[in-house]
Amino acid sequence: MLVVSAGAIRPARRVLPGFRLTLGYTLFYLGLIVLIPLSALLLKTFTLSWDQFIAAVASPRVVASYRLTFLAALVASLVNALFGLLVAWVLVRYNFPGKKVVDALVDLPFALPTAVAGISLTALLADNGWVGSLLAPHGIALAFNPKGVVIALIFIGLPFVVRTVQPVLEDAERELEEAASCLGATRWQTFRYVIFPSIAPALLTGFAMAFARAVGEYGSVIFIAGNMPMVSEITPLIIIGKLEQYDYAGATAVAVVMLTFSFILLMLINALQAWQRKRSGAR
Amino acid sequence: MNHASTVRTVHAATTEPAWVKWILTGIALSFIFLFLLLPLAAVFTEALRKGLGSFWDALQEPDAWSAIRLTLLTAGIAVPLNLVFGVAAAWAVAKFEFRGKAFLTTLIDLPFSVSPVVAGLIYVLVFGAQGWFGPWLQAHDIKIIFAVPGIILATIFVTFPFIARELIPLIQAQGTEEEQAAIVLGASGWQTFWYVTLPNIKWGLIYGVILCNARAMGEFGAVSVVSGHIRGQTNTLPLHVEILYNEYQSVAAFAVASLLALLALLTLVIKSLVEWRFEREQKAALSLPPEQPLAYSAQPHDTPKS
Repeated sequence: MLVVSAGAIRPARRVLPGFRLTLGYTLFYLGLIVLIPLSALLLKTFTLSWDQFIAAVASPRVVASYRLTFLAALVASLVNALFGLLVAWVLVRYNFPGKKVVDALVDLPFALPTAVAGISLTALLADNGWVGSLLAPHGIALAFNPKGVVIALIFIGLPFVVRTVQPVLEDAERELEEAASCLGATRWQTFRYVIFPSIAPALLTGFAMAFARAVGEYGSVIFIAGNMPMVSEITPLIIIGKLEQYDYAGATAVAVVMLTFSFILLMLINALQAWQRKRSGAR
Repeated sequence: MNHASTVRTVHAATTEPAWVKWILTGIALSFIFLFLLLPLAAVFTEALRKGLGSFWDALQEPDAWSAIRLTLLTAGIAVPLNLVFGVAAAWAVAKFEFRGKAFLTTLIDLPFSVSPVVAGLIYVLVFGAQGWFGPWLQAHDIKIIFAVPGIILATIFVTFPFIARELIPLIQAQGTEEEQAAIVLGASGWQTFWYVTLPNIKWGLIYGVILCNARAMGEFGAVSVVSGHIRGQTNTLPLHVEILYNEYQSVAAFAVASLLALLALLTLVIKSLVEWRFEREQKAALSLPPEQPLAYSAQPHDTPKS
């Protein structure tokens, strides 16, 4: 729990009222909605013996789902890092008609319910869909297999990268680029050695956020994945499957593995953001 | 003349040749078109594939209506609760210094990194038939899991950080001087909040509420775990979409999905308007001359004693 000592409050700020009330309410609500239910997850795991736990989290089908979930999330967030950087760059540096609309559209994956994204991408990529019907004659199938999972995760993760890189690019000091070019750097060298290092922390943060979201994503993926055990079944679906068989302990064990991974990613993102703040503060 | 050519040289040095610009813009726009615009367009075309008639029929089904009502009810409870929490948390975190603040902020962000399915599961473990309070709830004939309260709880969890994380940096950036002045001048805490803090954060607040609402109405994974999928009773709009889709009622599924897509578009429009207004106010504030009372500008070395 948090230890709040009154002595830690700086005297200059004690003028404002409401510290106890708002902090108290914050902790109460946080405990009620987040911490107590999450601790239920951990306590439920302790009802399993170690062997049962391992059997639940390391069965071949579950391990196959980890591999798919992490690999698909990794590929999707790498694609997002590349194209997200490009989109952010184009939005900040260039002018073209309809730029404001495109800028607003980048947030679509945040606003569009995941189930809608899922059925829509499936309709596009199925053999009779707009895109699928063009690819099917060439023997390319992007729906109902792991490729579909990657595509759904690209959709979900794109705004994370764009929205973390964009403000940093906007704040970037053009003087540095001018200096680089005056010193004889080519445009590519300027990008590689001047611009890129300054946006790298933001890009990494966006990548990690997209990755974290992709690992836990459920709604958009299940429609397009085909959900074949060992092949295209993601870990969240394993949890749902175990729940439907009333295997609460097994579902909890797999959930704890996912949660542990989420915690590690959250810590990593926090560290990255601290690094990013330090970078921009030091300049 | 000389000046203009200098400007042009500097400009050329910090940008790319036109053909590079065109190619990069082209790739970026194609990516946006393929991954964002096409799926959005597909929702509406699929919904209207059999004409307006079947589109309207799908929306007039009683099950669709009960899904709309439940979705509105869920968002109507979850968003205000998270709004109150967001404001309280932002006030405590942004206006005061205390030990464990960074940790608290991390905990507030936590629901963002928890998989929606896990979010649903934790409520099943607390309130479900085999959960902590399951037997007690059953004895008192209260249903939370596979009922509306569970759906609302799961929605609150997944939308928990939205408003708080929007407000915390905003309030932090604004500092405490204005509030301190109000308090010193005799305003009560509530007056200070209503008349000083709230006008300063109103755009951030609307922004957070809009995004929170979009997620609350569109949440699928967490709600799916706790809902039990009882048609006409515990189906929200996204769950109704799933049921129709799995029953191969494609047009009906996309018709209901198009409602959610319209909600998403509305969200983006309001969001852009808010950003635009906020930027304009920021610029207006920046273009104002710095507040400098005459007494001080007359004696530049005389610093006010606080």
